[in-house]
Amino acid sequence: MAKAAESSGDPGTTTPRPLMRDLKAVGKKFMHVLYPRKSNTLLRDWDLWGPLILCVTLALMLQRSSVDSEKDGGPQFAEVFVIVWFGAVTITLNSKLLGGNISFFQSLCVLGYCILPLTVAMLVCRLVLLAEPGPVNFMVRLFVVIVMFAWSIVASTAFLADSQPPNRKALAIYPVFLFYFVISWMILTFTPQ
Amino acid sequence: MAAVDDLQFEEFGDAATSPAANPGATTIHIEGPSESPTHQPGLPRGSGGEEDDELLGNDDSDKTELLAGQKKSSPFWTFEYYQTFFDVDTYQVFDRIKGSLLPIPGKNFVRLYIRSNPDLYGPFWICATLVFAIAISGNLSNFLIHLGEKTYHYVPEFRKVSIAATIIYAYAWLVPLALWGFLMWRNSKVMNIVSYSFLEIVCVYGYSLFIYIPTAVLWVIPQKAVRWILVMIALGISGSVLAMTFWPAVREDNRRIALATIVTIVLLHTLLSVGCLAYFFDAPEMDHHLPATTAAPNQTAAAAKN
Repeated sequence: MAKAAESSGDPGTTTPRPLMRDLKAVGKKFMHVLYPRKSNTLLRDWDLWGPLILCVTLALMLQRSSVDSEKDGGPQFAEVFVIVWFGAVTITLNSKLLGGNISFFQSLCVLGYCILPLTVAMLVCRLVLLAEPGPVNFMVRLFVVIVMFAWSIVASTAFLADSQPPNRKALAIYPVFLFYFVISWMILTFTPQ
Repeated sequence: MAAVDDLQFEEFGDAATSPAANPGATTIHIEGPSESPTHQPGLPRGSGGEEDDELLGNDDSDKTELLAGQKKSSPFWTFEYYQTFFDVDTYQVFDRIKGSLLPIPGKNFVRLYIRSNPDLYGPFWICATLVFAIAISGNLSNFLIHLGEKTYHYVPEFRKVSIAATIIYAYAWLVPLALWGFLMWRNSKVMNIVSYSFLEIVCVYGYSLFIYIPTAVLWVIPQKAVRWILVMIALGISGSVLAMTFWPAVREDNRRIALATIVTIVLLHTLLSVGCLAYFFDAPEMDHHLPATTAAPNQTAAAAKN
């Protein structure tokens, strides 16, 4: 009830928007991604905080601890950022050009939030890499990444598929597949020093 | 007066006028100042006419031409203008991909599959997939080749993605641009029956690159002979699609110029595939099964290197 009073926008008060409310909205969307059902919450109240947090986390975790990270050949922080955001924008433009009726920011929101499973996979991979390197290590990481990749695809398809014309669904979904595949590849090939 | 309103005749595009009047004839795009009145659409031109009849495909081709001609053209600063380039359904994209994989002599890719509806979806996403296929597959193949070596430290080689993207997208856009400019220039000198718009050429090039995606994936196999056989097959298929598409556009011209054009097209295609193979994939010449026996100093040197 207190929240409803705060959000009613009484011009007389100087109460700032509570941080907790925004965090709760982001958290609720995380839950929607982890348990994807056809619900409109993600689409209606879009925000880009979640995608930003996820992208920064992913980019930070893909960095190595070495001083001279240029030689390692892995993606730099800026490269991960560019791939995620540029990829999401391209997919959104593609889906709108094909005649989809989803708005630009809604689509960015969904694609960004659906990176959550892959961020979890990155966390798990980093933990697994603390153990003994070897083929078993690699198999575990491969399995985790594949499962999370499938989860991301299922989650984003559940949200995005309805907004496409029926005879072009596959054309709109394929770039999403490519996008998450590239991110999965970056996660899988991460090798620490 | 309502009857007059019913008689609204719609404007058809250029592609539709000829087949509407004469279903058996070829579609002539007459551009440039040299309009020769002797070229009549109704006269079949011997072997050329029969071949082009075949190219128009089955019976509803003229209906499709009519429908294609009704595309509205919005000004280029609106979003709708660009939507016309993505006006394809899933099955159409699959058909075009299938057409690029199975070049049948006499069937022109543009006439049969594109039919005045060039799309940018295919070229763009095929190039994107190819970029990642080459980069990832090259990385994987290098990893497998150097697997046993103690001094090898695996790096993801992320830089190569940007390089691959630059090469492939430049090829897919600049070569069609050059070819289109060249064909326009020749068109102004020699009357050609068949001429292609810039987007149709981009479309053909984009779809012809599709064969390289499975080829790039199979290039992981670290055998030189296998890789070169794959190059030959891929080049054969996509080169013949391109050659058969552009031959009708230049065959009216001077023999030598026509041949030179086709040879250049195939040569550039060869350069792309061989260049990608050489740059992204290390040569599998490290032989891990060197015989441990005596003899040649170069063998011992190689063993010491390993």
